[in-house]
Amino acid sequence: MSIGMQTSKGVGRLLKINAWLVFAFFYIPMIVLVVFSFNASQRVNIWGGLSARWYPEMLRNDEILSALENSLVVAAISTLASTILGTALAIALDRYRFRGRGTLEGVAYLPIIIPDVTMAVMLLAFFAQAFRFLGNIGPQLQLGLYTVVISHIAFNISIVAVVVRARLGQLDPALEQAAQDLYASRWKAFRLITLPLILPGILAGALLALALSLDDVVISAFVTGPGGTTLPVYVFSAIRRGVTPELNAISTLMLAASTVLVLSSLFLQRAPKQERTTTKEDS
Amino acid sequence: MTAPKLAPDAAVRKAESRRGVFTAMPAAIYLLIFFCTPLLIIVAYSFGTRTATGSTRLSGWNFDSYERIIDDLVLGIVWRSFWLAGLTTILCLVVGYPFAYYLATRPARIRNILLVLVMIPFWTNGLIRIFAIRFLLGSDGPVSQASSSLGFGEFRILFTPTAVIIGMLYSYLTFMVLPLYVAIERLDWRLVEAARDLYANGGKAFRKVTWPLTRSGVIAGSILVFIPSFGSYVVPEILGGAKTLLLGSYIARQFGQARNWPFGAALSVVLIVAMLIAVVVNQRSAASELTGSSS
Repeated sequence: MSIGMQTSKGVGRLLKINAWLVFAFFYIPMIVLVVFSFNASQRVNIWGGLSARWYPEMLRNDEILSALENSLVVAAISTLASTILGTALAIALDRYRFRGRGTLEGVAYLPIIIPDVTMAVMLLAFFAQAFRFLGNIGPQLQLGLYTVVISHIAFNISIVAVVVRARLGQLDPALEQAAQDLYASRWKAFRLITLPLILPGILAGALLALALSLDDVVISAFVTGPGGTTLPVYVFSAIRRGVTPELNAISTLMLAASTVLVLSSLFLQRAPKQERTTTKEDS
Repeated sequence: MTAPKLAPDAAVRKAESRRGVFTAMPAAIYLLIFFCTPLLIIVAYSFGTRTATGSTRLSGWNFDSYERIIDDLVLGIVWRSFWLAGLTTILCLVVGYPFAYYLATRPARIRNILLVLVMIPFWTNGLIRIFAIRFLLGSDGPVSQASSSLGFGEFRILFTPTAVIIGMLYSYLTFMVLPLYVAIERLDWRLVEAARDLYANGGKAFRKVTWPLTRSGVIAGSILVFIPSFGSYVVPEILGGAKTLLLGSYIARQFGQARNWPFGAALSVVLIVAMLIAVVVNQRSAASELTGSSS
């Protein structure tokens, strides 16, 4: 390895110290939060011994349970829909040339970089305008859990598309062509060759979509209606009221859930290695 | 479906194009309705009028909401958000560049483990991570307790701009690290070696070779940090005090208690324009790198 050989010893040491400080900065706050969620004391900042009492306590809170249920419903539906739409979008952008492709590509990535607040107020204004319009011709609608689902799909399509496209980019298009040369139909070639090969990418994208949907607070807070509080929205308003031991416990659970989802997603996103030999012939 | 290789070229291309449109259609329609239309509506609202009851009237377009932005108080908020985002970006670059350099120059096996350690906080729950910072920095939180027991006195930093910057650094540092990592990792080290062989010292080789060759990563990272920092809402709401009102919170307020949607819409348009400029700048820098015209 000649990489980085040029760096002198002193510079190398500084780089190393900086790296460890960054890792400490990333992880210490989260570790402290997790540790304090097992604090027996009613007062959050005073250590009163080890105890898991806040976890069952938290589950007796009806507000938290209904928020959790809402979050799971939103995450499940929006992940399923955005995975299908996002995968199709990724395939279209990667494999085909058609008119409007460049524009679509540009627009498709905007939901990722647009600030949350902007996306939130855009959707709020859109729903208000749409309800006004629809109210004139018939149904009287109002914001609710379904508007949260619609909004989450809007930003998750882009996330899934990015992840799946990265996977498509690693594949050899010749594989699919070979199948077609052997008289497989276009659809059959896709189902038997491409789909199994990009499946890890699709799952990785779906897991990230799930994580982002379970984490979103700003957009959900704006477009939700009566009875549609999601868990992050509940936590956000609870934080502003003050820190409680219960809050530490919910936070730890949410952190654990999203860490598991993210680790699984990263695992699936690893570059394909010997997959050419392990491709399954049956679907 | 018939075998396409028997058809003439133009027909094949046409069929391909139709298939592409067909495949992209569902997502494209969804984004058209639930992303592009909302974008246009927010622009339309910014030219609307707030009625006495707080609702929005769209007829009779005007620039009143934009004129209000020039108000000193509002400009103060925009300016404060701008320099806090700028400072965050610079801090992320100062910390993130050497960090990315360190990651990119590790042996492959260690590098992959370190990358996963970087990605975990990147994708895990942002709200909870900011809550963790708040818990840590609280006036009787662990940091403050440690500092007073060591005799440094109480640690009062929560609800100040410093706390907001720490929170933004915590939230967005990875956005800087990842593009920098990609840029440094694909650097052709032979060029650096060549510079060293020609008697450039370490600093000079870095300035003349490494830095210019990784500039696209610097630009991409800076944009990815600056844009969310500029429009940040959760971080200042949780870590900032009454004195650190920032653009994101101010926009949210217009759609909440203040009920002035046209004004909130005009402020959002400012953010959207900033974002679009950033996207164009980034594409230019990526394109100029491809054609090799960057100097």
